[in-house]
Amino acid sequence: MANDNQAKLSIRDLKVEFRAKGRNTVALDGVHLDVKDGEFVSVVGPSGCGKSTLLKVVTGLLQPASGGAFIDGQPIDGVPDRVGMVFQNDALLPWKTVVQNVRLPLAIKGLPDKEQRREAERLLKLVGLEGFASFYPKQLSGGMRKRVALARTFAYDPDIYLMDEPFGPLDAQTRVKIGEEFLRMWESVGKSVLFITHDIEEAIALSDRVIVMSPRPGRIKAEFPIQLARPRPFYDIRFDPVFKELQKEIWAQMSDGASGGVH
Amino acid sequence: MAEASKRRARSTSFRGREYSKASVWLGRLAVFVLLTGLWELLSGRAFNSFWLSKPSLIADRIVQMLGDGDLWYHMSATLQEAVVGLAIGMVGGTLLGIGLAFSGIFERWIYPFMMALYSLPRVSLAPLFIVWFGIGQSSKILMVVAMVIFVAFYNAFEGMRNIDKDLMDMMSTYKAKWTHKLRWVVLPSITVWILTSVRLNIGMALIGSVIAELVGSNRGLGYYITYSSNMLDTTGIFTGLVLIMLIAVALEQLVLLLERLLLRYR
Repeated sequence: MANDNQAKLSIRDLKVEFRAKGRNTVALDGVHLDVKDGEFVSVVGPSGCGKSTLLKVVTGLLQPASGGAFIDGQPIDGVPDRVGMVFQNDALLPWKTVVQNVRLPLAIKGLPDKEQRREAERLLKLVGLEGFASFYPKQLSGGMRKRVALARTFAYDPDIYLMDEPFGPLDAQTRVKIGEEFLRMWESVGKSVLFITHDIEEAIALSDRVIVMSPRPGRIKAEFPIQLARPRPFYDIRFDPVFKELQKEIWAQMSDGASGGVH
Repeated sequence: MAEASKRRARSTSFRGREYSKASVWLGRLAVFVLLTGLWELLSGRAFNSFWLSKPSLIADRIVQMLGDGDLWYHMSATLQEAVVGLAIGMVGGTLLGIGLAFSGIFERWIYPFMMALYSLPRVSLAPLFIVWFGIGQSSKILMVVAMVIFVAFYNAFEGMRNIDKDLMDMMSTYKAKWTHKLRWVVLPSITVWILTSVRLNIGMALIGSVIAELVGSNRGLGYYITYSSNMLDTTGIFTGLVLIMLIAVALEQLVLLLERLLLRYR
């Protein structure tokens, strides 16, 4: 699926520092990462390893101390075009209805009203929420809110999807269901994804490549290409022997990190 | 069993209990009847009604004032000053709060002075405003503005600091312009805070207008109260107070209505 000769997103020698109470903490150090066009890359690692920080740099919301990120070879300066972020906590506007939330990126782009409505309705149907257009986020369950957030990002139609533990707050059952739906939706658009998670199974089931990060300061510790055929059954793939083997290896890498980095 | 546990869960949650509308209003009516009834009964029996007047006397006075047009003459003046001053103070204070929250280091320079001004007993400015603007309505409106602007400022400022950062980041990733952010995130976020400050400020606005009227005026409920006091007419004083209360209750209900309209999503 991935186009081999061109990196959509490349991160070079990235170093990010936080200054708190007069002390510098290094969150990320020497991170080197490419995401090809149409490639699905997951980053797993223990909490506090700077996974989310990595995304903040790519969205242009955070300035790195050195190194940088490039999209199509262009350095990221400010919020780049065509990058869509899915937040861990949905980031829906509580005072807007479901359909207005989905329309938001289209309204910002300045599309005509009718087109906004048509596209929002199409996407709500795609995520199975066509009857809930006039509901407020508060009236929905966590899984439904997540669907709205996904529909909104799909409405924006970015070239790169950045996802920060998007299924984190969901219960196990909903998580599998939404993951499956998202995988199906993603397979139909085939855009690049940088996916942050701490769930190894989720990472393997979704990705073309899984990256393991070490605890703070976050460094890339290992990389695993996932050679499982697509389209994949999001849940049943877990019983594949290749999957099991990968899961074991990645887990070994991750738990090893607890006793100090590899570098 | 499920029913029982549901009931228990409901009754233990803090302020989470639902009461029927009828029981709330009947209870309020009972409290009102009890208090005014006690006042009516004790006045003239337990103490001389000259000092505390009597609900029936106050009601008579209101009817009489309605008849000769005094009621509207004084009430409208106070109401106008309070509402105009409240509007100016709310808009000014809120804009100041939003502006200052966006102003970077400027905020750090200004904020302590705002708090210093806030701590002034502003009612003592009334004589100054009357020297500046005379005994007409402008000095009263200025007094009301001075009373309400700080709460408006402070609430807007705190509201700005409490805006969900994820929502702002989300808007940024969609390349929203600041006008979009203002309309979609900032204003809706601080609406709760603004409504709270309007409610707190209704009382402040009435205090401001009445105090300024007490200090120097020829019209308004404050004027009516001082006038009655000079005549040793306690019924007149209490009538003035009751009318101020009525204005406050009416304005508060208006704001509650607005709140229900604007915060439907909750």
